[in-house]
Amino acid sequence: MADYAHAPRPLGGSLVTPVTLLLGVLAAIAGVILLYRFIYGLGAVTNLSDGYPWGIWIAYDVVVGSALACGGYSMALLVYIFNKGEYHPLVRPALLASLFGYTLAGASVIFDLGRWWNVWHIFWPGYAQVNSVMFEVAVCISIYILVMWIEFSPAFLEKFGMRNAQRKLGKVLFFFIALGVLLPSMHQSSLGSLLVIFGQQIHPLWRSGWLLPVLYLTTAILLGFAVVVFEATLSSIGFRRPLETKVLAPLSKIMYGLLVVYLVIRVLDLVFRGALGAAFTASWEAFWFWVEMACFVAPLALMSSARARNSAAKLFIAALLLMLGGFMLRINGFLVGYMTGEGWHYFPSLPELMVTIGLIAFEILAYIVIVKKFPVLPAVQPATR
Amino acid sequence: MEDMSEIRIEEATRAAATVASRLGINRREFLQFCAATATTLGLPAGAEAAIAEAVEKAKRPSVIWLHFQECTGCTESLLRAEHPTLDKLILDVISLDYHETLMAAAGHQAEAARKAAMAANKGKYILVVEGAIPVAQNGIYCKVGGQTAVDMLKECAADAAAVIAIGSCSSWGGMPSTDPNPTGSSSAADILGKTVVTIPGCPPNPYNFLATAVHFLTFGKLPEVDELGRPKFAYGRIIHEHCERRAHFDAGRFAHEFGDEGHRMGYCLYKLGCKGPETHANCSTIGFGDIGEASWPVACGHPCIGCTEKGVGFIKPIHATAQLKGMSPPASYPGVVEQQGKTSFASAAALAAIAGAAAGAAAMLAKNLGKQDEAQAQQKGE
Repeated sequence: MADYAHAPRPLGGSLVTPVTLLLGVLAAIAGVILLYRFIYGLGAVTNLSDGYPWGIWIAYDVVVGSALACGGYSMALLVYIFNKGEYHPLVRPALLASLFGYTLAGASVIFDLGRWWNVWHIFWPGYAQVNSVMFEVAVCISIYILVMWIEFSPAFLEKFGMRNAQRKLGKVLFFFIALGVLLPSMHQSSLGSLLVIFGQQIHPLWRSGWLLPVLYLTTAILLGFAVVVFEATLSSIGFRRPLETKVLAPLSKIMYGLLVVYLVIRVLDLVFRGALGAAFTASWEAFWFWVEMACFVAPLALMSSARARNSAAKLFIAALLLMLGGFMLRINGFLVGYMTGEGWHYFPSLPELMVTIGLIAFEILAYIVIVKKFPVLPAVQPATR
Repeated sequence: MEDMSEIRIEEATRAAATVASRLGINRREFLQFCAATATTLGLPAGAEAAIAEAVEKAKRPSVIWLHFQECTGCTESLLRAEHPTLDKLILDVISLDYHETLMAAAGHQAEAARKAAMAANKGKYILVVEGAIPVAQNGIYCKVGGQTAVDMLKECAADAAAVIAIGSCSSWGGMPSTDPNPTGSSSAADILGKTVVTIPGCPPNPYNFLATAVHFLTFGKLPEVDELGRPKFAYGRIIHEHCERRAHFDAGRFAHEFGDEGHRMGYCLYKLGCKGPETHANCSTIGFGDIGEASWPVACGHPCIGCTEKGVGFIKPIHATAQLKGMSPPASYPGVVEQQGKTSFASAAALAAIAGAAAGAAAMLAKNLGKQDEAQAQQKGE
């Protein structure tokens, strides 16, 4: 599997650029707001209320954030489980993006806890509520973060020349890779299960019952691939490297198939539950439902032919739309379609938004720093450019 | 207590029938009394059968009832228990051999009856003390038949099977012991130098006394008491815990003056000086006068004065705020009307700007990619 022509190398180059500076400032703003939030409480910073006890810090940072961080999971699934070695060069960068996505998603849970100093209760046997879906999500995500750092650690070991440790780790790595595929399958579907227990509090358009875990897991894998395309395209442009369309085009064929499966389940579920009528009412929920569906259907057209799949532009837009669709599905389920009672409404406050933006900025910043300093991206053959 | 459940229903029924015919009341009324007593005592199901049995079979214990510095309120309250034949029942259950208010005898004849009863039931009679005992100047402030209260109490207690102090005066000094206490009023326990069962209150709830007596009759011993000698079944909790106005306390709704809106709405009387939060008694659960829970001071709109609690009743000013035992009011109260979410225009604007910028950047990027695609296609075409 190890194709040494594609052996990863550090990119090198200066860490201080206009982009990294901007990202750093955004991350710092988020840090200050979070400090304020930890001292003065949620009410001082967020627009949360009794009706909306969670906002974007959960709906975006955790639910969407961890789904967008499924690149590592999707690629590991493809390369190691379905044994598609040709995609191996995409694994490490995808894993890196996932690593930060998940680590920050886990941290976001703490930001959202009213009494954050009690966070250790989740893991303490006397306090843990083992029958709760949230418990499953919390434990599973925590272990997965740990597993991912182990999965990614060869990059660090390589950099610091710890050959011996790397060799020893290599012998047991298969175990962690297997865990790395199992765990997200569990918690990404559990994030859907969270909505199952909300029952009637979820708008009929997203009240898919026992199919929710299936829908969330399918879209999580789909999003993982989309993010890989997105991130590979962006790093090619950002770091002035050749486009990886040759690897991405066949990947998009897999995405295409998965997308068809998802859409069939989604539409049939709506039809059989008799919920489709709700999509044709004049309501915000219906509007955002159509936005969500458009984001899923449009890529179907964009990736329909082999010619289209070989176009970097179309592929990029398709990936972008898929990410937006997965984003909308989750935001719709957790916020837009979350009906908590007459009169309640929620829109994030500016500080709340700045924290989320700061987290994304931090994620990108850390990605840039690591690919420049550690062997992550495949080496570029001089001949291609 | 395990034996109780084994006493069969028919036995209880038969016992009840016997007692009922003896008293000239119907069986049902008698069983109701037994059940009510068992409930007051906090006994498990089946205890009412044991009580019925005991009342039927037990030889009526001799009771000597002493009155010292008091107002006879305890006796009055007991007699005014409104169960139709309760007064009869008391006299049937116990043999009241000496009671200054109730006995027909007078003068030396009365004292002779007391001495005779004490001699006949030596070590077996129950001594009930009502009223505080003055000790100043050798106890000259209270004498009965020329004998000081101190001497009479010591004499009667020497051969008693059990001593029950009824009312706050004999329990801890009560009203007569209020500063400056010129007569040196003391409790029965102080004089006897030992813990006695106390039924404090001014007056105490008659059922707390009756239940204690019936417990003795049924099980041959007095009920479990706390360190102050108060039966735990009645004085184990503070009034505040089961107060019907408790929800108002927790919600921060208080009457601030007599007759103000809060007072008329039935809000918590804590700020009017209610001593419920520091007074141990079951007033809030059993009420007075057999007419249900509406009949106790707090239900009538007056703050509890803490009459059952040493150091509170007759000591603290009635309208002084109580010291909270074991609980404190919250620092702030939740709003009655919660804001149902805020609207953030700055945030909406920022989000729109970011979405616009992202869409623009994506479009530009896609356009450039498209050009690259075209270039590649042309290369291939050549």
